Amino acid sequence: MKRLMNSHPSFPLKVFLGSIPFIITIIIYMWASDIRLEANPDDKLMPSMSKMSEAIDRIAFQPSKRSGEYLMLTDTLASLERLGIGIFISAIIGLVFGVLNGAIPFVRAKLSPYVTAISLVPPLAILPILFIVFGLGEVSKIMLIVIGVTPFLIRDMQAKTLELPFEQLIKAQTIGANTWQVIVRVILPQIMPRLLASVRLSLGTAWLFLIAAEAIASTEGLGYRIFLVRRYLSMDVILPYVIWIAFLAFLLDWLIRKYSEKRYPWFHTQS
Amino acid sequence: MSFIKADKVSKSYGDNRVLERVSVNVEKGEFITIVGTSGCGKTTFLKLLLGTEKASSGQILLDGKPIPDEPNEDRGIVFQKYSVFPHLTAIENLMIAKELEISPFFGRSFGTTRTSIKEKSLEMLALVGLEQAADRYPHELSGGMQQRLAIAQALMKKPKILLLDEPFGALDPGIRKDMHKLILDIWKKTQVNIFMITHDIQEGFYLGTRLWVFDKTRHDPAAPNAYGATITYDIPVGQSNEEILSEIDESLEPSRKSLDRLEERV
Repeated sequence: MKRLMNSHPSFPLKVFLGSIPFIITIIIYMWASDIRLEANPDDKLMPSMSKMSEAIDRIAFQPSKRSGEYLMLTDTLASLERLGIGIFISAIIGLVFGVLNGAIPFVRAKLSPYVTAISLVPPLAILPILFIVFGLGEVSKIMLIVIGVTPFLIRDMQAKTLELPFEQLIKAQTIGANTWQVIVRVILPQIMPRLLASVRLSLGTAWLFLIAAEAIASTEGLGYRIFLVRRYLSMDVILPYVIWIAFLAFLLDWLIRKYSEKRYPWFHTQS
Repeated sequence: MSFIKADKVSKSYGDNRVLERVSVNVEKGEFITIVGTSGCGKTTFLKLLLGTEKASSGQILLDGKPIPDEPNEDRGIVFQKYSVFPHLTAIENLMIAKELEISPFFGRSFGTTRTSIKEKSLEMLALVGLEQAADRYPHELSGGMQQRLAIAQALMKKPKILLLDEPFGALDPGIRKDMHKLILDIWKKTQVNIFMITHDIQEGFYLGTRLWVFDKTRHDPAAPNAYGATITYDIPVGQSNEEILSEIDESLEPSRKSLDRLEERV
């Protein structure tokens, strides 16, 4: 018999083992929900599965009586748009400043302390400023994501640039590269997969700021909906929405990882 | 006038004196191997030649002019590892040298220019015996093949000097022998000046035309960094024999001992 630490489960067994905690959670929920509903059929805190599927049907597959929109679709698209634009802007800024900071000592000396200082400001604390300056529209929500995520990305890209082996930078110079050429042909291509990895890490933070901004001032969006129906204790809508958000987050993460593996095979097979 | 001339070159880092008044002349086409214990300035001397470090006093002249204090195309380098670009295939690792030359902004080539650059690069790849691996990434190559690629890459711009910093240190003995043959072959074909650091005295003894031993001539047990190293042996290889080899080996003993003492203290 092998040591426990050396025996690995087969793929089907892995899938089965991985699904056990989920199944247990669902069973416990249904059991607790049954007990509460038996005591009080109007209990709203732990709605039954059928109640939740009714709610999903109403909000996802029936046009809204008031606006004629499919609410869950509208919410999802609105949220993903904000998240996408916010992350995209942050990634571009993070890449440009991170690489320049990492590659050019004179830029680093000028900007690095500033970025560090900025990154210490809690983004939610300046949300009111954003609302005052940019109004309650889309810009302030996107700005919150950008402000929340960009300092991390800049610092991480700077660190990743500095981690590139100095041997490569010297080698590039000995085959005739100037500073700019070292950046575009040696640093940038190697930083791109690392940027994608950092973006995956920062997605969690981005979701946090997105939902916070939507909760405070919005007319559609996943975060807006959750905080809206909270007033009516509509757990039958909130719970499916939370699971849906988690699924979207997982999907985005998975898509970025797959893209990175396809586009940068050398990065993912390096030992 | 000598091709390369070092004139009373010293280098210190703060209180730590690494090199002390190294004066030496090198003629065109020489293949110099450099040995010595660790921390005795071999790599520092190489860095001075490469231009990543500047001498604290004295100077090194290349072709009568002071050697520039940043790396350029005159001096090719092969490190022990990380010498090639992991994001480029073997052939792209060579093509980049020409591409940087013709395309200042993007550093890339397209169309017929690319085809002709690729052809030239393939010739160089064949010279180091890697033509079969042209489209593989470095991580798909063995350690020996990676070093072959690094050597080919360093030769793309026809440098005046080729610097090798323990290039075969991480390789198996069998592969190391193949690499010795390769590097001698390349040296004969290109007549480039080679400086090769090695920690293997045997290797230094049978490769190249001249052997340098870097060592400290004075030792102070209380302050091991007070005195720098210089070239203690400078002998033409070929006239060498076992006697000199063991003599050099013995002469390095005090340095090794002082290193051991240092380690014990740490």
